[in-house]
Amino acid sequence: MKIARKVKYETELDHSFHDWISTVPGGESIRECIQCGTCSSICPMSVYMDISPRRIIAMADAGFKKEVLSSFTIWLCSSCYACTVNCPKDIKITDVMYAFKRRAIEEGYYPSRKFTIPILAKSFANMVKKNGRTTESRLVMTMAWKSGIGRLFRMAPLGLKLLKTGRFKWSKEKVGNREQIRKIFEVLEAEA
Amino acid sequence: MKTYTYYPGCSIKGTAKQYEESLLAVFEALDLKLEELSDWNCCGATMYMAVDEEMSFALSARNLALAEKLERDVVAPCSACYLVLLKTQDYIRKYPELRIKIGKALAAADLVYHGTVKVRHPLEVFINDVGLEELQNRVRVPLRSFKIAPYYGCQIVRPYPNFDHSCYPETMDLLFETLGADVVDYPLKTRCCGGSLTGTIEEVGLRLNYILLEEAHRRGANCIVTVCPLCQFNLEAYQNRILKKYNNLNEMPVFYFTQLMGLAFGIEPEKLGLQRQMVRADQLLASVQIPVEKTRPEKVEQVA
Repeated sequence: MKIARKVKYETELDHSFHDWISTVPGGESIRECIQCGTCSSICPMSVYMDISPRRIIAMADAGFKKEVLSSFTIWLCSSCYACTVNCPKDIKITDVMYAFKRRAIEEGYYPSRKFTIPILAKSFANMVKKNGRTTESRLVMTMAWKSGIGRLFRMAPLGLKLLKTGRFKWSKEKVGNREQIRKIFEVLEAEA
Repeated sequence: MKTYTYYPGCSIKGTAKQYEESLLAVFEALDLKLEELSDWNCCGATMYMAVDEEMSFALSARNLALAEKLERDVVAPCSACYLVLLKTQDYIRKYPELRIKIGKALAAADLVYHGTVKVRHPLEVFINDVGLEELQNRVRVPLRSFKIAPYYGCQIVRPYPNFDHSCYPETMDLLFETLGADVVDYPLKTRCCGGSLTGTIEEVGLRLNYILLEEAHRRGANCIVTVCPLCQFNLEAYQNRILKKYNNLNEMPVFYFTQLMGLAFGIEPEKLGLQRQMVRADQLLASVQIPVEKTRPEKVEQVA
């Protein structure tokens, strides 16, 4: 057994992390968390999370940036807002989770290789950026392609059923005035 | 005739086709008009926010700006679209810095948004603009054999409980009681279906939806009624995998609320996209055949 230090030294923490969260819309009151655990108990996903939502907030506040950003927890949040509407300190936990997801993508933290959720998020965004709309069938295809081809085979029966019921659409959904969308992107990217 | 601007969203043009069909049919039956917002773009759903916050708000602001010119209420049937539009309005109102940035981006595309659009879900439109009494008057075939588990999902009431409670809403319960159905008490009515998780981590997605189906069975429901494309898709399209995995449940049809409203109003099932259901509900549907009033006088003539 390899003996390794389990506890972090104070100097290894990133104390700018909670300052950053406070600047995110919805994350202003993160420092007021009383660790009551309402978020963890109401979250339908918490049983699958490696770190509970309550703990994620505490860790983020203490500066455990790497652990927070590479957790499964932030990606398992399905944005149901149950924690957000029930938090007694009015922390918009769902928004905070979104902020973690963005930061994780920006800085390249992932809980595992080929983890599907960030792949889906990025494919989704690319499709919207390009076409202005998403086409579900193509999105699923892109995600399957990037995250392991086996997925495509498992999806096939479902695709067939959609085809049979006339709910499968392969033709691309597109916005006519894509120039408008391109300009909006341009301005925001220049400002970033 | 009152006219609304219709913001369909991407799902409704694909996997939720029968939601659009039934929605349009019901609006027409109620003498309301839906006019599709021309050249609308994707709302960004739960995905875009995970990649780029400002762009996500800007995308929705474009839709709002396009809709504002028409000076009508916007009806968004997909819960995700509905929430994202509301959230965009809320955040650009609350955060001046964000408002300025989005305003600049819109200006580059010759658009402007003043913040005056009213975004609404069709469920709320039916209750408030038509009213339960009028809805009851329109009933031709009461939904007597339907035992409904009313499943609202999350984003229609959270985080903006604009027309009902954020965890225990009752609007749809009232609606279907009015239409003659038996509405069961369904405590999981706003528990999340997992959204896109069925597509990404299937194991987790199946479990979440199994919990919803099991509770509906336990409460004695014979169908689930939804208001959101993703909820309906998860509960219906993955149902055979769920049944196979947990093998203690029977099939349960999952309808859009507008499909059952249409049936109660006597609209033909094909116009409500009921042939697109994956879990068949032939017995239930047979119970709401339109009464054959017209054939009766002919018979009398024959006898005479």
